[in-house]
Amino acid sequence: MPNEVDARGLSCPQPVLLTLQIIQSSVGKEDICILVDNQASFENVSRAATAKGWTVAAVDQNNEEYRITLHKG
Amino acid sequence: MKQNWFSSKAGIITVGGVIGGLAILLQYLSNPANMGICVACFERDIAGGIGLHRAPVVQYLRPEIMGFVLGAFLTALLFKEFKPRGGSSPLVRYVLGVVAMIGALVFLGCPWRVMLRLAGGDGNAIFGFLGLFGGVWAGTLFFKNGYNLGRTTGQNTVAGLLLPLIMLGLLALRLIFAPVEGQAQSGILWYSLKGPGAAHATVFISLLIGLLVGFLAQRSRFCTMGALRDLILFRQLHLFSGLVALLVAAMVGNIFLGQFKPGFTGQPVAHTQEIWNFAGMVVAGLAFALAGGCPGRQLFLSGEGDSDAGIFALGMITGAAISHNFGMASSPDGIGPHGVAAVIIGLLVCIGIGFGHLKRS
Repeated sequence: MPNEVDARGLSCPQPVLLTLQIIQSSVGKEDICILVDNQASFENVSRAATAKGWTVAAVDQNNEEYRITLHKG
Repeated sequence: MKQNWFSSKAGIITVGGVIGGLAILLQYLSNPANMGICVACFERDIAGGIGLHRAPVVQYLRPEIMGFVLGAFLTALLFKEFKPRGGSSPLVRYVLGVVAMIGALVFLGCPWRVMLRLAGGDGNAIFGFLGLFGGVWAGTLFFKNGYNLGRTTGQNTVAGLLLPLIMLGLLALRLIFAPVEGQAQSGILWYSLKGPGAAHATVFISLLIGLLVGFLAQRSRFCTMGALRDLILFRQLHLFSGLVALLVAAMVGNIFLGQFKPGFTGQPVAHTQEIWNFAGMVVAGLAFALAGGCPGRQLFLSGEGDSDAGIFALGMITGAAISHNFGMASSPDGIGPHGVAAVIIGLLVCIGIGFGHLKRS
């Protein structure tokens, strides 16, 4: 999937950096998926995306992994 | 999705304020002035306590540090966030820990103490803060250009337990070989008879406050370096608001307790060489930024099972020993005989690590 970022295993501030990069490069209304593997990264990614006007549309938690779906607007 | 109140705006501000208040309380209860909580200083004292360096005025096994790790460990267990992991350039992190401590000891304090020194009216800390800001800013330039130490992978439970167990062991030693009045040695441990190492709250108060800070910081992800990094890199005020809350609470507490003494000369455990206060924290700030967390955050992460953060903390303890043994650490009289060399080499090491880990385009 082109609009997916795998930030698992990456420490601060990488997950947020990658999220903001894909947000900046996104065109149209397509959703973005971010994969992280800890609650702190989930919080950081959600906070950063919300600040950019995106909403957390869905969060799928599987064991310690989070798939965060971000929706524009 | 379960919500974590501590990671909200109100949560991080509350945590910063409470930590600032607790630090001032520790000073009131006999911790050194403007050093209620200083992760670098306390790890340096631990290095002295177990004889890794023999600077007589800075030897004491600080229970606050053990409390930080064990508090974060118990909290992570409780909230199911304990996750053994590591393997993201461990030796690089160790070296960054060594360098961070060397830089911090040229200034005489970590980012936590920068804030506490400012809160106590120590004008020299303004240069330390500017240096810290500069170092973190330099770190963000590396991040913008693809700096990355690589991914962590899951590790065996034992790997995640080791640093909490080391801290438990140190705590046991502190309790078994308790300080003896007028004695510089108790069993295998070394104690200061004067100087900052001799100034400490009782072991149970230090431990209790350490555990509480460990809990608060684990939940809120409080990080003094991250506060500046996120501000510079993302224009994000979240962690920064916690740092400001710490400063404000500590300053109000100091004024209330008569501990606020504005000025430059005669400040406790501080020297007045502006350029080296600045440069020391540039090195430390850059090292903390490249390692992804302030010294406190590294301890809290190690409590969560992050063995890379644990290695960074052990690097800091090693750095403290080297600093004092090699005459690189400052004293209230000024920088050490090899402080200048320490800053230059430390900066070169950080820059080398930074450039060496840029993503190849």
